[in-house]
Amino acid sequence: MNLTDFDLAGARRALGRREFSAREFALAHLAAIDALNPRLNAFITVTADQALAEADAADAALAKGEGGPLAGIPLAIKDIFCTADVRTTAGSRILEPFIPPYESTVTANLRRDGAVFLGKTNLDEFAMGSSTTSSAFGSTENPWKRRQNPEIRLVPGGSSGGSAAAVAARLALGATGTDTGGSIRQPASFCGIAGVKPTYGRCSRFGVVAFASSLDHPGPFGRSVEDCAILLGSMAGHDPRDSTSVDVPVPDYPAACGRSLRGLCIGVPREYRVQGMPGEIEEMWHAGEAWLREAGATILDVSLPHTKYGLATYYIVAPAEASSNLARYDGVRYGLRLPGESLIDLYERTRGEGFGAEVKRRILIGTYVLSAGYYDAYYLKAQKVRALILKDFTDAFEKVDALLAPTAPSAAFAEGDKTEDPVTMYLNDVFTVPADLAGVPAISVPAGLDADGLPLGLQVIGPPFGEAKIFTVAAALERAAGFTALPAIRAGKLAA
Amino acid sequence: MSYRIEGREAAWEVVVGMEVHAQVISEAKLFSGAATAFGAPPNSQVSLVDAAFPGMLPVINRECVAQAVRTGLGLSAAINLVSRFDRKNYFYADLPAGYQISQYQLPIVGRGTLAIELADGSTKEIGITRLHLEQDAGKSLHDQHAEKSLIDLNRAGVALMEIVSEPDLRSPEEAGAYLRKLRTILRYLGTCDGNMEEGSLRADVNVSVRHPGEALRTRCEVKNVNSVRFVMQAVEAEARRQVAVWEEGGAVEQETRLFDPARGATRSMRSKEEAHDYRYFPDPDLVPLVLDEAWIEGLKSFLPELPDAKKARFMAEYGLSVYDASQLVAEAATADYFESLASGRRAKTVANLMLGDISAGLNQRGETFATTSTFTLSASGMILEMIEDQTINARIAKDVVDVMAETGESDARAVVARLGLRQVTDRAAIEAAVAEVLARESAKVAEYRAGKEKLFGFFVGQVMKAMGGKGNPALVNEMLKRKLS
Repeated sequence: MNLTDFDLAGARRALGRREFSAREFALAHLAAIDALNPRLNAFITVTADQALAEADAADAALAKGEGGPLAGIPLAIKDIFCTADVRTTAGSRILEPFIPPYESTVTANLRRDGAVFLGKTNLDEFAMGSSTTSSAFGSTENPWKRRQNPEIRLVPGGSSGGSAAAVAARLALGATGTDTGGSIRQPASFCGIAGVKPTYGRCSRFGVVAFASSLDHPGPFGRSVEDCAILLGSMAGHDPRDSTSVDVPVPDYPAACGRSLRGLCIGVPREYRVQGMPGEIEEMWHAGEAWLREAGATILDVSLPHTKYGLATYYIVAPAEASSNLARYDGVRYGLRLPGESLIDLYERTRGEGFGAEVKRRILIGTYVLSAGYYDAYYLKAQKVRALILKDFTDAFEKVDALLAPTAPSAAFAEGDKTEDPVTMYLNDVFTVPADLAGVPAISVPAGLDADGLPLGLQVIGPPFGEAKIFTVAAALERAAGFTALPAIRAGKLAA
Repeated sequence: MSYRIEGREAAWEVVVGMEVHAQVISEAKLFSGAATAFGAPPNSQVSLVDAAFPGMLPVINRECVAQAVRTGLGLSAAINLVSRFDRKNYFYADLPAGYQISQYQLPIVGRGTLAIELADGSTKEIGITRLHLEQDAGKSLHDQHAEKSLIDLNRAGVALMEIVSEPDLRSPEEAGAYLRKLRTILRYLGTCDGNMEEGSLRADVNVSVRHPGEALRTRCEVKNVNSVRFVMQAVEAEARRQVAVWEEGGAVEQETRLFDPARGATRSMRSKEEAHDYRYFPDPDLVPLVLDEAWIEGLKSFLPELPDAKKARFMAEYGLSVYDASQLVAEAATADYFESLASGRRAKTVANLMLGDISAGLNQRGETFATTSTFTLSASGMILEMIEDQTINARIAKDVVDVMAETGESDARAVVARLGLRQVTDRAAIEAAVAEVLARESAKVAEYRAGKEKLFGFFVGQVMKAMGGKGNPALVNEMLKRKLS
């Protein structure tokens, strides 16, 4: 068996039994990155030396029978998590030269548990996008190929497309991402892996470059539900440095993956049956219901009546917060600076050159909706609708334990397909955005392939801090789906 | 008498409201752990949060919240159990995040009042609209380098309380009295040091004028006035400017102005059209600030006695006049000094000595009752003891204080001994001096005996002069009366 074929749970056991060393394990993944990253562009920065040093430390700990729960596990880190002394760009030219002297809480937690960081992965600039095409460091290629037209370059989804592609192509065993409107779940679905957006406040945002503060959710990617559960267990926890972090104990998530569905009631939100949804996604959704019923759950039709306002609400709240959050990139203290004749000139040149088109678009939208005279009509109204969307979920979770829905309305699309009209791109987030607005946890798990042989994901949404519940349900879906398909491009096998 | 500006046809009334920014006394900044001491080397007290590095998040400092609550309680104001922080967005080089975290819609403190004292001894209640917490900005230094502006972020993120008054002030005097009283209360509470030179207390003054009885007219805001005297001057100058505008048939435009103390006038800073759109919205990095009533009660129970209560007590307990009591309570340290000194002594004598000779001596030395190393409690105590036991008289006490103010000595007894200022109570010596003066001034003695009794003061003066001012006044009087009768 190739070292890059292990899943996380299996690798932990093998490393613990010293079947191979953490150094060998890291080297195998670094070799895969060397071979495939020039094509996939999943990583912006590869930290080989640091990875090997961390692997050696893990080996030393493991040799003594010590080592944390992730000792020697090679991970990829979305390049929006600040990592001490390692360049952190957020996919933007404006942060191209930025090397933070500090570590985000989530990555510090992973390090504490012994993880080995292979590098920093590509993303849409400042996580604004659903395709990983707006990065200042080039787009990332989805390692999956259509059966009929394998030459077409597909997007990995976004914004955490680099992380999803790296895990799918076996360049890393797991990865971190952030989900603001679907940026973990949609790329997980497009890349045939699992990805979790935990409850808002479950994972600290400290040290994560902010896009939209009230919507940014750090979370893990893994090749299985259990892998995600293991990673989230390390990442989660209360952080006094993030005022929105919640002090709730972190349960044993991996244990939840093996639990029975008996007695659980799963809701199917009828508003997610949108017009124009491909038939195969509809069929997969029905299959998911059937699998859960067979596993002992009851299925209930539920209503989330304000779902249709989700996207509009999101595209007011997220740009509003972003317009303010991104004001700090002014060329004065760090990052890119283009000299100017005056302070205003410095701002205009630095921000004009430093930000890409999509970021500028969202800053403009956000500035507009917060402006005097428009605030009430846009931002305030959006906040009220957001409260109604949360209430939809609260009401639903009085009746059901979790919700089942597709993750995205399509499989991976071709690069350039939806980039002409931003609104078409925004529509790809229709199923993921409501859980972000409500702050409730959700997981995407691969459930099948479409006619082109591309992966499709199903999404399980749970009540606040109900991560264990969604792991239970998602693990049952995973067992029933028996998803074993592999991407065309993966470690040890470069597609023609 | 109400303050009025005479107009061509009718008198004008001045309407003033104040927005005071008071820097909170706390070890650390409002949302970061960086230190707040004044005068540290530039950019030496800056955390990654203050410099708005990517991914940095604000965490509220409990002590700053407590200080705001204490201040609210000191202003008899409503404390809001739920308040919220908003972002005020604007770009400037000394505002690292591109927004200031402030409280816009839901401030921590609501309505309160503050009583000001006027020269005629009357008091007036001034309404407090609100008090909210916000971050200070850094400093831009434009005069340190030929081509560059330099930025010092030490002040960035330091907690400020913005205290907003109702437009209840009606004269420069009232505006000055308001600021002085507010400063006194803040210092009593220990929530702001009130140091206007260092910028820990800054006032924005809203001024409008109207004919008495009219509705309010357009106001102008005079920003960053940094002393009580300048506030009074700014109110007067701005009011006169507005009166001139109205009387010339023009209309006052709402705008932000600056006071130039050198010219004694205000000038336009930015018009309403140039005003920023701050795009306020709730800061999503912070949760609403929810206060526990028991916690507030706890803070309340540890509040010090405030100036109004102390003044009333000084009048009742020590029998002081309104004037003396007001003077003594203006600074907590002065009031404490008084109470220590007055214990077991005649309060009026203590107040007179403190507010008269010693205050003059402190001024001369540039000291205060809080800081003096000359007029220590024990030094003042010695002076009072020497007056009581007739070692010196009140005249000599002034000389002793003058010498101490000159030299900085604090041993009053040593000063008296060294300079031979001890009062003469020796009957024989006084009698000899009296005899000498009466012999020398025989003609005047005759006039006196003939009925010109007002010459008595002349004889007292001559005897005191002969004794170098050190004769015990009572004994001199007694002896003279006896010899002249």
